[in-house]
Amino acid sequence: MDVVIGLEVHAQLLTRSKMFCGCATTFGAAPNSQTCPVCQGMPGSLPVVNRRAVEFGIRTALAFNCRVNEACRFARKHYYYPDMPKNFQISQYEEPLAEDGALEIDVDGASRTIGIQRLHLEEDVGKLVHEGTLETAQASLVDFNRSGVPLMETVSRPDLRSPEEAAAYLRAFRAVLVYLGVCDGNMEEGSLRCDANVSLRPRGSSELGTKVEIKNMNSFKNVQRALEFEVRRQAEALEAGLRLVQETRLWDAERGYTRSMRSKEFAHDYRYFPEPDLVPLRIDRAWVDAIRAGLPELPRQRRQRFLRQYGLPAYDAELLTHSQALADYFEAATGELPQAKLVSNWIMSELLRVLPADDEAAIRAAKITPRHLAGLLKLIEDGTISGKIAKDVFQKMVVSGEEARAIVAREGLTQLADEPALAAVIDQVIARNPKAIEDFRKGKTAAAKALVGQIMKATQGKANPAIVNRLLEEKLSKI
Amino acid sequence: MTDTPIHELADAYLRGETTPTAVTEAYLARIARLDDRLGAYLTVTREQALRAAAASDARYRAGTPLGPLDGAPLAYKDVLCTRGVRTTCGSRILEGFVPPYDATAIERLGAAGAVMLGKGNMDEFAMGSSTEYSAFKPTRNPWDLARVPGGSSGGPAAAVAAGLAAGGLGTDTGGSIRQPAAFCGIVGLKPTYGRVSRYGLVAFGSSLDHIGPFARDVTDAALLLAAMAGADPRDATCVEAPVPDYAAALARGVRGLRLGVPDEYFIDGMDPEVERAVRDAVDVLRGLGATVERVSLPTTRHALATYYVIAPAEASSNLARYDGVKYGLRVAGAKDLIEMSSRTRAAGFGAEVKRRIMLGTYVLSAGYYEAYYGRAQKVRTLVRRDFEAAFGRVDLIVAPMTPNVAFKHGEKEDPLSMYLNDVFAVPADMTGLPAISVPCGFSAEGLPIGLQFIGKALDEPTLLRAAHAYEQATPWRTRRPSVPS
Ligand SMILES: [Zn+2]
Repeated sequence: MDVVIGLEVHAQLLTRSKMFCGCATTFGAAPNSQTCPVCQGMPGSLPVVNRRAVEFGIRTALAFNCRVNEACRFARKHYYYPDMPKNFQISQYEEPLAEDGALEIDVDGASRTIGIQRLHLEEDVGKLVHEGTLETAQASLVDFNRSGVPLMETVSRPDLRSPEEAAAYLRAFRAVLVYLGVCDGNMEEGSLRCDANVSLRPRGSSELGTKVEIKNMNSFKNVQRALEFEVRRQAEALEAGLRLVQETRLWDAERGYTRSMRSKEFAHDYRYFPEPDLVPLRIDRAWVDAIRAGLPELPRQRRQRFLRQYGLPAYDAELLTHSQALADYFEAATGELPQAKLVSNWIMSELLRVLPADDEAAIRAAKITPRHLAGLLKLIEDGTISGKIAKDVFQKMVVSGEEARAIVAREGLTQLADEPALAAVIDQVIARNPKAIEDFRKGKTAAAKALVGQIMKATQGKANPAIVNRLLEEKLSKI
Repeated sequence: MTDTPIHELADAYLRGETTPTAVTEAYLARIARLDDRLGAYLTVTREQALRAAAASDARYRAGTPLGPLDGAPLAYKDVLCTRGVRTTCGSRILEGFVPPYDATAIERLGAAGAVMLGKGNMDEFAMGSSTEYSAFKPTRNPWDLARVPGGSSGGPAAAVAAGLAAGGLGTDTGGSIRQPAAFCGIVGLKPTYGRVSRYGLVAFGSSLDHIGPFARDVTDAALLLAAMAGADPRDATCVEAPVPDYAAALARGVRGLRLGVPDEYFIDGMDPEVERAVRDAVDVLRGLGATVERVSLPTTRHALATYYVIAPAEASSNLARYDGVKYGLRVAGAKDLIEMSSRTRAAGFGAEVKRRIMLGTYVLSAGYYEAYYGRAQKVRTLVRRDFEAAFGRVDLIVAPMTPNVAFKHGEKEDPLSMYLNDVFAVPADMTGLPAISVPCGFSAEGLPIGLQFIGKALDEPTLLRAAHAYEQATPWRTRRPSVPS
């Protein structure tokens, strides 16, 4: 069976004010402190389009090579839910902002182009606050702070062929949005939300199978897990000769399965019609051109540049450029210390051990700055400390925010490079280990390694390994 | 004093013959004496009015009045939001709703010094042509209390006609300013769509809703429009065009104007007295130097049917927000959300509103959208083209405002016959063209008849100019009803 997946991604735009009113969009403010008659859906209030949100939409559309339509139109989408104050959502339907784009993704070293069907703007809904579930709660309160926050919905074509591809698409998609500065990409806080349409069809067939919509996947990991579950569920059902129903299913992350929310018979009739309170939006070509000219370097372009400019392996370039903050970190550190591969190794093995790769804010706020990291690596390069000591120093820098030099000086971690002193230590070690010397004579070269270990131990790891190796070699050759 | 038009009141204030407070008190006294019988007001804002009048007094005393509307006592239809004053739309579902903001139109009149006397009665959510569908009480026609004042803005229209306000504001979605103006023998003006901000007008049919003035004469209508007109950053459908000097346009007369009389506005079953009065009015205009020719607006008969697709469709959407969750009525005791909203809406909306919500929900449903709403929009374009063609030849359309004079309470029980009352009014709403109704005579029973002018988009100056010339050449505005107290 072929797996067919399409993703609908909702991204909260990083505009200062809401989609159709001037209220602030700050996350986490006191309930209903960022509201007005418009976003509370009061009688007589009217929407006015936020130009900045349209600009963000166009910026994104251009990054995905979409066609930005000359005119677009808002429409009302009707359904009753108490978090939506007008009981309709202002969205776009027949005339979206942009259509027909694509996003290239890489899975297992192979590149694939995923079509983007459309991109449109709409308003977010408020939030219900209650104890337990809405069904069992004694009361529910509505917080309209989120009501009217600009959302950008981007619908992919059903081009994704596996849960891994879906996750790769979402990662690449998110990276573009973050690079563009239009969304913070935070899935846990809900600034990026993803729904999926999943179906199976006989291998090679071009007809689509019964489509199931999956909602409520609030992390990259959950998107992949939910889709893996759903693909398995559908495959098992089809193998057992069961018929699938077109329905919406919710992913339950705790229990690890999807459950039916509503079937097609209960599907909403949204009764879309053009929003009469807003005139059709004409998109000025000169404006689009200006936005295009101002587009930043995007993840793919940056990856290509990293390969070219720094000679990094593909794996490093891919990983570093997925996060704008990480790529910026790398470039800042490389600016101080041009050994790109060394910097890259330390970022991937040490920095990402303490910071999540997709947490842009945490990377930008890291106590160990790119300059600090470069400073640490310089100490390795000039022989002041060993790589092993450097890893300990790194851990301390992450916590304290101090420079490497300060920690090394305070804790006396400077490498022992004094040859006569080291020669004395080596003599002692040789004297204490006649057995090892005997082995060495018999041709067991591993015995020399054991001696190096002893010497490092005797110097608390501070001995310069290059000097130790050279001196030991000289002494052993004389024995 | 309660017969005086606003522009004359302002002169009297300037000369020190009377004060805004004296006039406001006179109006309040008249409301107290007569409104029990008339039912024009849903809320009388006595304290607020006296405070505003006192502030106006002070400005006149200081020699710094704000303009010709300073100290003008007005009645506002209760569909317009007023900060701190309950705004019901004539509906139980909004009975306790107190908006935290003013409609832009009201804010602008307030800034020009106008004094709000209170909020006028109306058909629930502006759906009706008689003000009998107010959830609270019917309004009576001051010329004959057994008859309706028209609707849906019957309250403020009756108030202005009966001397319970010097002027007022109504809204016109399918004739709701002009038809009551005709029935009550006053001037009612529906400006071009987008000329006056709709911000704070509780929406019925968003693409059809207009705010406009009721006035004793055309000069007052021009002054009220001038104070409200102009772009508003809170209404995206407002037009940016500069606001012309409406008052200056009035005195130019009709000499040389080309007037078109549409054949389709004289229909079978129309009251012969209305037809006679309108044809006489056309003769008067010709006598004043206008040229008159017949024009054809063939889609007129489809306009009403189309209106009853578009207006309910938009209404079904606009009224979805009244669910008992946020403001207004909430019926207690429901076991869940859906039941709370259903019971609130069942109890809060009247029969006509429910009828239109159902109609509108139906025409927007999947599978019916193209057949109804999609098609209605196409007809709307055709109606617009009819007028464009006519305006290639003439400057203004002159026509009857209604097929008949004010009818009796309870006379039109069948919704369709009620709807037919607006057959001449609806095309101007569908096209957004400016239109005005001015008194043009009385029936044998002494009931007023309205003459309608329809102008080109944003050409209120020509519209007002013709209406003013006709008004000045005829005696109708001097006749006032006497309401038995
Ligand atoms: Zn707001």
